[in-house]
Amino acid sequence: MKVLITGIAGATGRIVAMRLLEAGHQIVGIDKRSFPNAPEGIDMHRVDIRSRPAEDVFRTTQPEAVVHMATVTHLVARSEDRYRINLGGTRAVFDHAHRYGVKHVVFVGRHTYYGAGPESPLYHTEDEPPTAVSSFPELADLVAADLYAGSALWRMPDMTTTVLRMVYTLGSTGQGTLASFIRGPRVPRILGFDPLFQFMAERDVATAIEAALKARIRGVYNVAGPPPVPLSTLITETGRSSIALPEVAYRLALGRFGLPKLPAAALHHIKHPVVIDDRAFRNATGYTHKVSEGEAMREYRNAFPVVEG
Amino acid sequence: MAAFVSREVQRRIEELEIPWGPFGVDPYGVSKKHLAVGFSMAEPFFKHYFSVKVLGADNVPSRGRGMLVGNHSGGIAIDGMMVIASMFFAKNPPRLAQGMVEKFMNRVPFASMFTGKLGQFVGLPEHCVRLLEDERLLMVFPEGARGTAKLYRERYDLVRFGTGFVRLAMRTRSPIIPFAFLGGGAAVPSIYNAVSLGKLMGAPYVPITPYGLPVPLPVKLEVEYGEPLVFEGTGAEADNVIEGYVEQVRTSIMAMIERGRQRRENFAEQTLKQFRAGSSEAP
Repeated sequence: MKVLITGIAGATGRIVAMRLLEAGHQIVGIDKRSFPNAPEGIDMHRVDIRSRPAEDVFRTTQPEAVVHMATVTHLVARSEDRYRINLGGTRAVFDHAHRYGVKHVVFVGRHTYYGAGPESPLYHTEDEPPTAVSSFPELADLVAADLYAGSALWRMPDMTTTVLRMVYTLGSTGQGTLASFIRGPRVPRILGFDPLFQFMAERDVATAIEAALKARIRGVYNVAGPPPVPLSTLITETGRSSIALPEVAYRLALGRFGLPKLPAAALHHIKHPVVIDDRAFRNATGYTHKVSEGEAMREYRNAFPVVEG
Repeated sequence: MAAFVSREVQRRIEELEIPWGPFGVDPYGVSKKHLAVGFSMAEPFFKHYFSVKVLGADNVPSRGRGMLVGNHSGGIAIDGMMVIASMFFAKNPPRLAQGMVEKFMNRVPFASMFTGKLGQFVGLPEHCVRLLEDERLLMVFPEGARGTAKLYRERYDLVRFGTGFVRLAMRTRSPIIPFAFLGGGAAVPSIYNAVSLGKLMGAPYVPITPYGLPVPLPVKLEVEYGEPLVFEGTGAEADNVIEGYVEQVRTSIMAMIERGRQRRENFAEQTLKQFRAGSSEAP
């Protein structure tokens, strides 16, 4: 099957591309970033997804399936570009896919859709609304992109749409929201809170996407790997140490003293868990994760050891 | 840490039927280490300070889903803590009773963290259903915050019950095990609930006792578990049907409270008599 991957040059995109290539698929890639040493089998197009040449790629290559991974995380400083990529890009992908006869689009979204908050339940299911968007405006574009992708289910009924809400990735690439957050030797925590964090290895992301393509499922699905672990465990098992700051001090210290710069509302995500129930996806596709929580943390630790001094 | 945890607590923790992950937490974040410390701290209170008497612990199923439903007694959470302790220390093999805490708790630093690690989650219907479907033992106080606000003179009263718990039990086909908790009202004899003070502290209210702070007195406490009640249905039945079932649960709890009250009053009378007889002989 010919599969087009947007955001292919990202760390996870590459792993997904390699996996699908090994599985015998033909791969077409779109990314405005470069993909040095891209394997020969990948038909790489260095274009912006919202540009005219991107549409040409859809027209000339005629992919059967599209994996849309070109979205940008919320846990970075405000960026106008992010809105355009997440919403404009998603719209372009669905429009082109529909126009050029793609049979199946997989939108790779994030589990942060559900948001974190003191009154939100552990183990979100797919039917829950994105309640935390009011307290965390920076999430709005990702939530909107997710819902927009989901609207293709009724707007484009002749095309199969799969919306995947995936947990954080953690592994040797060190890329991703969570991996960047814990990169430094000392990871800031909020005193008196120790939420669960749910993550999966990039290899399992590839396994899940492969399973979604194979089963060609319609609908919205949560995708996770091993059970979640508390932030304190995540920090120690990846060889970091934590500094617990009272919330007031934390707000003041953000972006200073080598601490990551986060939007203020992101603190909810360090105080409260976002944990999802992925049973529906496992039942629909037969997917099982291969990498345990311990292995994922160990791989990250080995790839990014803390250098003292 | 290990020195602080008693051998009995350690043994009982190992006997709990909980799917611990490689880092000592279950899929909900309940922590083995925190349970060990929590139960070690509760142990002297359960065994000595309140010397809690437990009746009918065998009525609680030893495995599988179940909903413990009882009355609130005492303005602070000693009722919940001692019910949890009774399932841990007085049941063989022990079970972890998981209560539903007030929503404000999750905003409070440390309280949020410790309640979660001890398996006590925010009272959301989603949590109830998930835990029951996962064959856990739930602890529910259908009087809600209205029940903890009972004053000393109301200590044997039951306030209005919510109905949600029966619907949830029916929907998940879980047996309801009614229980009566006695003595909490005497341990924390609230004469007034300070609402404004509570607001300042982020709590619904702070109970005030004749001696000021709500520090519990060393009063003997009792928990009695009654026969399990199973209601067939989907949980979507009309209110009048559900209210009938709620009334059955309430009646069962009320009967146990009444029996317990008589037991306690007889005991008090006899003690008083003995004391008077003793003191009249003395001079």
